[in-house]
Amino acid sequence: MTAATRAAGVLTTSQAAERRRARTIGVVFLLAAAVMGAGFGLGVEAGLDSTFGLNVRGTGAELPDLVVPSRLVAAVLAVVCAGLGGVQLARGFTRRLPAVAAVVAVCFVAAFLTWAAAGASFNLTGMLQSTLLRATPLALGACAGVLCERAGVVNIALEGMMLTAAFTGALVASAAGDQLVGVVGAVAVGGLLGLVLALLSIRYRVDQIIGGTVINIFALGLTSFLSQKVFSEYQELNSPGVLRVVRIPLLAELPVLGPVLFANNLFVYAMLLLVPLLTIGLFRTRWGLRVRAVGEHPRAADTVGIDVLQVRYRTVVLGGMVAGLAGAFFTLGSVGRFDENMTAGRGFIALAALIFGRWHPVGALAAALVFGFAESLQSKLAILSTPIPSEFLLMAPYLVTLLVVAGVVGRSRAPAADGQPYVKG
Amino acid sequence: MRVELRGITKRFPGVVANADVDLEVDGGQVLALLGENGAGKSTLMNVLFGLYEPDGGEILLDGSPVRFASPAASIAAGIGMVHQHFMLVPVFSVLENVMLGVETTTRLGGLDRRAARARLVELSAAYNLQVDPDADVEDLSVGAQQRVEILKALYRQADCLILDEPTAVLTPPEIDDLFRIITTLTESGRSVIFISHKLGEVRRIADRITVLRRGEVVGTTTPAESSEADLAALMVGREVQLVVDKSPARPGQPVLRVEGLRVLDERGVAVVDGVSFEVAAGEIVAVAGVQGNGQTELVEALAGLRAVDAGTVHLDGEDVTGLQPRRLLERGMAHVPEDRQRDGVVGAFPVRDNLVLNTFRRRPFARGLRIDRRAIRDNASRLMADFDIRAASPEVAAATLSGGNQQKVIVAREFGHADRLLIAAQPTRGLDVGSIQYIHRRIVDKRDEGAAVLLVSTELDEVLALADRVIVVFRGHIVGTVPRADATRDHLGLLMAGATA
Ligand SMILES: Nc1ncnc2c1ncn2[C@@H]1O[C@H](COP(=O)(O)OP(=O)(O)OP(=O)(O)O)[C@@H](O)[C@H]1O
Ligand SMILES: [Mg+2]
Repeated sequence: MTAATRAAGVLTTSQAAERRRARTIGVVFLLAAAVMGAGFGLGVEAGLDSTFGLNVRGTGAELPDLVVPSRLVAAVLAVVCAGLGGVQLARGFTRRLPAVAAVVAVCFVAAFLTWAAAGASFNLTGMLQSTLLRATPLALGACAGVLCERAGVVNIALEGMMLTAAFTGALVASAAGDQLVGVVGAVAVGGLLGLVLALLSIRYRVDQIIGGTVINIFALGLTSFLSQKVFSEYQELNSPGVLRVVRIPLLAELPVLGPVLFANNLFVYAMLLLVPLLTIGLFRTRWGLRVRAVGEHPRAADTVGIDVLQVRYRTVVLGGMVAGLAGAFFTLGSVGRFDENMTAGRGFIALAALIFGRWHPVGALAAALVFGFAESLQSKLAILSTPIPSEFLLMAPYLVTLLVVAGVVGRSRAPAADGQPYVKG
Repeated sequence: MRVELRGITKRFPGVVANADVDLEVDGGQVLALLGENGAGKSTLMNVLFGLYEPDGGEILLDGSPVRFASPAASIAAGIGMVHQHFMLVPVFSVLENVMLGVETTTRLGGLDRRAARARLVELSAAYNLQVDPDADVEDLSVGAQQRVEILKALYRQADCLILDEPTAVLTPPEIDDLFRIITTLTESGRSVIFISHKLGEVRRIADRITVLRRGEVVGTTTPAESSEADLAALMVGREVQLVVDKSPARPGQPVLRVEGLRVLDERGVAVVDGVSFEVAAGEIVAVAGVQGNGQTELVEALAGLRAVDAGTVHLDGEDVTGLQPRRLLERGMAHVPEDRQRDGVVGAFPVRDNLVLNTFRRRPFARGLRIDRRAIRDNASRLMADFDIRAASPEVAAATLSGGNQQKVIVAREFGHADRLLIAAQPTRGLDVGSIQYIHRRIVDKRDEGAAVLLVSTELDEVLALADRVIVVFRGHIVGTVPRADATRDHLGLLMAGATA
């Protein structure tokens, strides 16, 4: 806005809308500060301390526990947020708003944890570790979705792909006596389901939401039936064990970072590798440029000599394979056994992470971490016995997602040809 | 490269777009392809480019028969095409669009943007085609997009270049530049197939001219043998009168009154500033100017599609500044938008629905909550006959119509409810001479029925043919208001270039 228009008091409609949005966000910051100050700060008896454990048993260098006065910390964090909210109201952070919003969110969570751990002890490093672990299948699943949707095929079948792969992983690993073979089997089955989705949506041009839903229902039915028939009879076919944790020499000895990042199983490393690889692949290579072109404007891609259908087939199969890897996590990376419907909607949450992450691998990982954090917080808090029902905590990240997608992140735009079959001529 | 088409036939459900078409162009030659809207020019070129499979006939390159199953094959054989409807990925940058399909890569397999950029910058300097390599295509004007398309084709170094109506959205100097490019290409032995509805242009650049009518070749000639009138007659199959005759205007009460209007573009720059004018009932006022001098934003602001930063707009004495398009429509305003693909039609909807896209809520198309299908069908049949919209049926998707016929759909719809004010931005863009004549006639009729008409055109011929008064805009300001009697080509040209009156 130029000085002249401000002086004249004229605002265009879009500028007015922007002002309104900025003001709303400022008010949200202030509300958060109020909750933190009044709820988390004053909600604690004076004089109590919160103890945060920084060590996970048997890993990394030992650090002393972090002991802080609960009330004071919550109050300080509240003041910080109130300050940011005030500035936002007064003049608005423009370009830096996403970063500021992240700071407010972190402060809020920190104040919340301080309050929850008042007069008790809470293992911070352990929770970060479990956050990453729980985020792993979500991030992998979201990456699978990024692949398919960037090429223009909506993959609502993530759930079914992951579930089938989880089953296959358990079965193959048990039969072969080697978990890695199980992972390979799961990836192969994921790829196969990817091919099914590709055929349905590219060749037969079935509505992709319906095609995906069919795969989901089929996967749930088939794996439940087989696990009832086969696994209950031959339990040795459902005892694959869990992939062991690989500690990276030296790095794993670092305090906090060591146990969180460098003492994990194969799935976590694969995910941490896949996200940057996929980002570079999609945005820095010829392959990625073509995949995105096909998802945005297939006809334009066709006219420059790109084989649209082939690119779509390949990318969707690849996406299926990544979904297979995500699915194998459930049996081979965490539980060590297949249970009926054990993915329990994680495929859909991966889909949410994909959208929250704006169809970008890094965004998807960030969203997966938020969701993973909420999951692990929910299980940890059950132990601390806070007055907040744990189901509510499970809801919270999705509520935040809605708010964030609507407000702070701005528009989140799907590839233009997402879900549309390409017909030549 | 010598390109020959023999007996090409292409059918679509309900239409024969090309019937046994023969065509040839030699290396070093420019062949112009002429024909009415829907004659089958784009279809024929899409067959040559491998986008459509022909139902019959063959293609010969330098004498040997080839089959193109896809554009990849034709590109490999040295054919390049600039499409009538831009084939650009909106969310990609100019550079990404240009390199797509012919990416240069670094040793590690990454995109080599630096090398591609260097070549693009070099090309755009060499051919005087200005573009910003890093701008996103969705933020570009149609003229700039056209330049990107041409650069994209040049970047690929085709031996035979097809240009499907490249000049429809270019300014006269840009057209001169394009013709210089074409000459350079033919001098190096390449062949060019050039499609345009502007007959003067065609006679200027072509070595040979082939005319299509209803999918068939009706003649091949040269610029020396045929005048513009001859070409028009050959295309349409009857004599075409190239000027409309109209009586002097009898202006009534002012209908549109614009005062001190300021409008901003996407970057917040005032591209229309301090603009005031009036349009009276029974009068055609033309806004003339070189493309990109604020006309687009002015029209969008008047049509309720863009925020008004300052100033007021009155319609029949009522302040309508900032009203929604629907409210303006209810007050008798109609708008033919400049970018037909984006703002004019819903490609996936049938023609019949596109013809009532903004009037379906009213009688006779709706009664209460009920849509009257029959009324909509009758309306479609009538308008398609009146405006000579060539489509297999009113049920086909608008996107399958030829470019010019899509334009006629919009014009037909908007003219239907232009009771008080008609704002027409480039209403004849991409239309053949016969259709232009018809639309011009209808615009004059609208005026004589007592509507106010605001015509925005970058074509001086159109301005001179229709206007009762001419407003010339330059860099967002009105630099002159000229009554028709004083408006000469030279005088307007000077004003458009920024000379003050
Ligand atoms: N994909 C399609 N499906 C069905 N009909 C089509 C399709 N493409 C073109 N047609 C029809 O084929 C005919 C020829 O269209 P074409 O686009 O080749 O005309 P054109 O000569 O390029 O006209 P213009 O000057 O208006 O661009 C038209 O009747 C059109 O409706
Ligand atoms: Mg055409």
